[in-house]
Amino acid sequence: METIIAKTTEEKVAAKIAPITLTGSQAVLEACIAEGADTIFGYPGGAIMPIYDALYDYNDKLKHILVRHEQGGIHAGQGYARTSGKVGVVFATSGPGATNLVTGLADAMIDSTPLVCITGQVFAHLLGTDAFQETDIINITMPVTKWNYQITDATEIPGILAKAFYLARSGRPGPVLIDITKNAQIQSFNYEGYTPCNHIRSYRPKPVIRKNFIDEAVALINNAKKPLVIFGQGVILGKAESEFKKFIEKSGMPAAWTILGLSALPTDHPQNVGMLGMHGNYGPNVLTNECDVLIAVGMRFDDRVTGRLDKYAKQAKVIHLDIDPSEIDKNVKADVGVWGDCKETLPLLTLGIEQKDRSEWLQVFASYTQKEYDQCIKDEVYPATEEMTMGEVIRLVNETTLGNAVMVTDVGQHQMVTCRYAKFNESRSNVTSGGLGTMGFGLPAAIGAKFGAQDRTVIAVIGDGGIQMTIQELGTIMQTGVDVKIMILNNQFLGMVRQWQQLFNDKRYSFVDIQSPDYVMVAKAYGIEGAKISHRHELEAGIKTMLAHKGSYLLEVMVGKEHNVFPMVPQGCSVSEIRLK
Amino acid sequence: MDTNTEKQEYTITVYTENQVGLLNRIAIIFSRRKINVESLNTSPSEIDGIHRFTIVIHESRSVVIKLVRQIEKQVEVLKTYFNTNDEIVWQELALYKVLSEEITERVKVERLLREFGARAIAIRKDFIVFETTGHREETNKLMKALEPFGLVEFVRSARVAIIKESSGFHEKLKDFENREPSEEVIENEYLGKREAVFTM
Repeated sequence: METIIAKTTEEKVAAKIAPITLTGSQAVLEACIAEGADTIFGYPGGAIMPIYDALYDYNDKLKHILVRHEQGGIHAGQGYARTSGKVGVVFATSGPGATNLVTGLADAMIDSTPLVCITGQVFAHLLGTDAFQETDIINITMPVTKWNYQITDATEIPGILAKAFYLARSGRPGPVLIDITKNAQIQSFNYEGYTPCNHIRSYRPKPVIRKNFIDEAVALINNAKKPLVIFGQGVILGKAESEFKKFIEKSGMPAAWTILGLSALPTDHPQNVGMLGMHGNYGPNVLTNECDVLIAVGMRFDDRVTGRLDKYAKQAKVIHLDIDPSEIDKNVKADVGVWGDCKETLPLLTLGIEQKDRSEWLQVFASYTQKEYDQCIKDEVYPATEEMTMGEVIRLVNETTLGNAVMVTDVGQHQMVTCRYAKFNESRSNVTSGGLGTMGFGLPAAIGAKFGAQDRTVIAVIGDGGIQMTIQELGTIMQTGVDVKIMILNNQFLGMVRQWQQLFNDKRYSFVDIQSPDYVMVAKAYGIEGAKISHRHELEAGIKTMLAHKGSYLLEVMVGKEHNVFPMVPQGCSVSEIRLK
Repeated sequence: MDTNTEKQEYTITVYTENQVGLLNRIAIIFSRRKINVESLNTSPSEIDGIHRFTIVIHESRSVVIKLVRQIEKQVEVLKTYFNTNDEIVWQELALYKVLSEEITERVKVERLLREFGARAIAIRKDFIVFETTGHREETNKLMKALEPFGLVEFVRSARVAIIKESSGFHEKLKDFENREPSEEVIENEYLGKREAVFTM
């Protein structure tokens, strides 16, 4: 225990209070309060009942949101963490309650979202007996948690929870699961106050920055004729948006984003050249294979970003900034690996790099943008067809929100279109399931996103497939009265799979023809206002009504059935083989 | 031989905290990538309370480096090293159970003991248990020699290994306990040799 709890004497003194008797359950809630968690997403059950019993008396200090399914709870926790920058807290019971968290844990793990999940567990003496609602959640969740631990004795609770919050938020963030047996929740013990954790001897949240790598990177950037910066969520997680902006502005470099990096740099920044990857923009994809220095900041070269690896940026010197040493050289070999927190490394680079005007190089991007606009974007956002497009819906949303809303998406075509066309002015405004591609993420994540950013408009853009995976969370909206604008872009297909079947499987539309209920009636049943838009002339007014409405609103928009998202880097192709149609 | 892509035997030494479940966390790093673990041993280390895993795999250097980084990323792992066979001193232990009547009548026990450096650790009327330590080839030799005489049971332990160049973990641990440890603690040993290491 000594190593777990912070050791500096001042802290000990400050935190030490006259011992009082608390139950394990109360200690859990005290820890949540001490860590600044104001909202908990959860669902009660047998093995977590003592914690819920204690929660009954903490109603004034902790807001608990009763979800409709534990998967909804954890996605809401993720949405909360993404918009607030705080650790999301999720409660679930043992057995099925705990296993229902697994998808969300995997999602949070791959997208580095800080979460602390507390699960109830059967009494310690029943462990391993196949007791009612017993499941080995520690071993089940081992590959999808940054850390997990089972508590069987209440005295462990303050120290372990301090460690859990510290691990979730520090370094490369991630989900932590703490499983607490029922006896430990009930057990009373001498509580000596809560001491936050800030050091674990075997854990290195940030690598030390090495000056020689900074110097090498600076030299490469200063000698570069055509540098390209690509950035990911590391900029947001490191709260390094302004450091990043200064870095690219000083040397005039173009910057392109991954979908998790989206919103770290305002959309209309002159050096923002767009989105990378499979459905990214034309310029950044093609020019990845033409730049001479590629500077990757807080991103991990996902295969959806790189396309075919052996033809990815082979001509370029690669500088890779990452807080997680295991990401450097994992997929793309870096010429200079700048280990460290980009909040600290970026200013060091900015200090060294020369002020440059690279308008000629930026002009190359502009010419690609123009070509993409003519061949692709124009028809998507200002369609000449009778059918509505997803792009025009997002354009109209932009015109009303002016880029100030939080956009939450599910997974599929609507996600790509939203990321491509939505406008963002500030960071932490884009919430999406990137690495795992979890359909069903959107609606619950939007609920959490709103609790994490209560003064902002939250718009969930969801397809007709994904909404049906977690549609039960409309009940959470009904009960909490949370204000979420739900836009269902209904193309009456599982659109992304259909697009692939059209392009690569000879139009063999195998099980992508999905039927929908009457969403407006479903919403009404939950007491949520809504409307269905089937014609273009109603669209703009429909969006305005939705955004002006007080409280949640569901807007279903019938878009063209067989529209495709372009540009596209087909799987197995290089980024320079991106297709415009 | 291109050491980056050519597979060979690597011994991975992991210094860890003593915590339930850590074995699993480390094992899934291999199983997730469908990499077979040839041998795995956990034991105490030179420092009280710190455990030492010795893992043997047959892989290319570039894969081993990625595995090592994934292992080091685990919260309870203090430090991970990887070495080729010429960088370590290692032993395995093997036990052989044979029927006494076969071995006393048909083979001279004395000869076995001398030739294979074996020890008889249990001598009973019905069976004898021999023990040898050594490299795999050495322990295999005795197994082959005993096979014709009805080897009843054979078992070999995991590899344990000492790193020739290592000066132990005591000094490093002190550094780990500091809030701001030195560069050396944080970086993998191979960082300085990156050019020689990667071929991608």
